[in-house]
Amino acid sequence: MTAILQIVFDALSLGSIYALGALGIALIFGVMRLVNFAHGDYISFCVFAMLVPSTDAMSEMFLGSLPTIVLIPVILLIGAGVSVLSEIIVFRRLRDANPATMMIASFALGFILKHFLLMLFSSRPKSINLWPDLGLPVEILGARLPLLQLIAIGITIIILVALSAFLKRTRFGLEMRAAAENFTMARMLGVKANQVILIAFAISGMLAASIGLILAAQTGTSDIQMGVSVMLVAFIATVIGGLGSLAGAVVAGYLIGAASVLMQVILPLEARPFRDAFVYAAVIACLIWRPQGLFAPKSAKQRV
Amino acid sequence: MSFLSVTNVTVRYGRLTALRHANFKMAAGETLFVTGPNGAGKSTLLKAIAGVVTPVEGQIQLAGQVISGTVPEDIARRGFSMVPEGRHVFGTLTIEENLRLGAGMRADKDAVAADLAGCYEVFPMLRERRDAPAAVLSGGQQQMLVIARALMTGPQLIAIDEPSLGLAPKIIDQVYDVLLRLRDERGLTLLIVEQSSTRALLTGGRMLLMRSGEIVMEGDARELLRGDALKQAYFG
Repeated sequence: MTAILQIVFDALSLGSIYALGALGIALIFGVMRLVNFAHGDYISFCVFAMLVPSTDAMSEMFLGSLPTIVLIPVILLIGAGVSVLSEIIVFRRLRDANPATMMIASFALGFILKHFLLMLFSSRPKSINLWPDLGLPVEILGARLPLLQLIAIGITIIILVALSAFLKRTRFGLEMRAAAENFTMARMLGVKANQVILIAFAISGMLAASIGLILAAQTGTSDIQMGVSVMLVAFIATVIGGLGSLAGAVVAGYLIGAASVLMQVILPLEARPFRDAFVYAAVIACLIWRPQGLFAPKSAKQRV
Repeated sequence: MSFLSVTNVTVRYGRLTALRHANFKMAAGETLFVTGPNGAGKSTLLKAIAGVVTPVEGQIQLAGQVISGTVPEDIARRGFSMVPEGRHVFGTLTIEENLRLGAGMRADKDAVAADLAGCYEVFPMLRERRDAPAAVLSGGQQQMLVIARALMTGPQLIAIDEPSLGLAPKIIDQVYDVLLRLRDERGLTLLIVEQSSTRALLTGGRMLLMRSGEIVMEGDARELLRGDALKQAYFG
C-alpha cells in the first residue's frame, strides 16, 4: 500500500513539472502557432537568476537569499520578463513568417540564452541551497514523502485551477481562448493581437519560473541544461495532448510523468537504464494510434 | 461626406491580382450589395476593408480616417464589423461567450446587456443553448450566431459575406429583417456580398457588380436586377 502511494506521489510530482512545462508551450502555440524551444532556457535562466554570477563550483545566493515571500514573485517576474522580452525583440518581428521560421528563431534564442548563462556561470553544475527544510520527509498513510513533493503537487494544482479560472472567467482569458481558435476572426471582433500575445508570453514565462523554483528546490542543483530536458518532455506532452489543447497538454504531461515512474518500477532491473527508451516507444505508439494527439482541437488543423 | 470610401484599391496574392483599382463610396445608413461570379474579388474587397489583407495600392477611409494599412482590431474598433464567409464561430467557446467576445471592446455595459437581450429575442434558439459550445450548432445556427456576434460589436457598418449561403429561406428572411430594422432604427450601414442577389429586389439599395477583380458596374440594385445589364455582365 505504502509502495503504491509512493509511486502515485512520484508520478504526480514528476508529472506536475511536465504538465507545467507543456502548458507553457501550449499557451504560446495556441495564440501564435509557435513552438517556443527557448522555453526550457527560460527555466534555467530563472534558476540562475538566484545565484551570484561566478564560474566557481560553489554557488553563492544572490536573489536566492531574499526571503521566500519576496523571492517567489521576483523569480516569477523574471520569468515573465524574459519571455515577454523575447516576444517583443524576436517573435513579434516574425509574426507573419511561417511556423518553421519562428521555430528556428526560438532555437536561436535558446542558444543565446544558454550561452549567456554559460558566460556568466560556466557549464559546471552547481549546488543550490533553496528551501532545504522542505526536503524533510513527512509521513502520510505510512509512506514517507518529502514535503517538497507534496508542495510541488499542491502548487501545480493551484496554478492549474487559477489558470483555468483566468481563461474561463476573465475577458483576457476569453480573448485568449478565442485567439487560440481563430486569431484573424478574433481580431476582426476587436481583440488586440499584441495584448493577447504579450499576456500569453507573460503567463508562459511565469510557468517556466515556477518549474525553475520547483526543480531547484527538488534537485538542489543548478545546471544550464536543466530546463532543456524538461522542455523536451514537455514538448512531447503538448504533441501527444494535441497541439493547441491546453487541457490535453496538462493531461499528457501527467501521463508521461506516470509512464516514467511506472517504467522505473515495473521494468526488470537490467532494463531500467533504458527506461526513457520505453517511455518514448509508448509515445511513438500513441502518435501512431492518434497522430493528431489525444485532444486535438479542430482549429489546429485549419491553421497549421 | 461618404462614410466609407475605397479609392483605387489593388490587392495581390503573390502574383495574382485579386482586386484591381476598386473605387466606390458609401454614405452612412446606406445599403450596398456587391455581387458577381466566383473569383470576382468580392471577398477580397471585404478583407481589404477589414484590414485582413493589405492593399498594395490605393486608400480606404472609414468615417474620414484612413484605415488601409492599419490592423483589423483597430478597424473593428472604429465601427466596422465583418462577417467573413464560412461561419467562423469559436467552437470551443459557448454561444454566450461568442456573443460577449463581440462586445468585448464596448465599455457601455447597459447597452451591451440590452443588445444581448435583443439578440436572444431575435434568435431564441441562441438563448436556449447559450451555455453550449458553439461547435454543436448546425450550419444555419452558426451563421445566425456570427451575424448576432457581429451586431454585438455595436457597429456602424456591418459587412457580411454571403449571409444566405446554406440558410433556409425562412431564416434568411429573419436575418434580413434584423439587418433592415437596425438600418432603419440606428442608421446601420450595410455592405452585403451575395452571389445570388435577388434579395436586393426587396431591400433596395445600390449594387456593385464585380468580375475578374474589377468593379464593372454600379447602379440602383432594383434597376440592375430587372434589366439585362447584369446578365450581360455575368456572361458577356
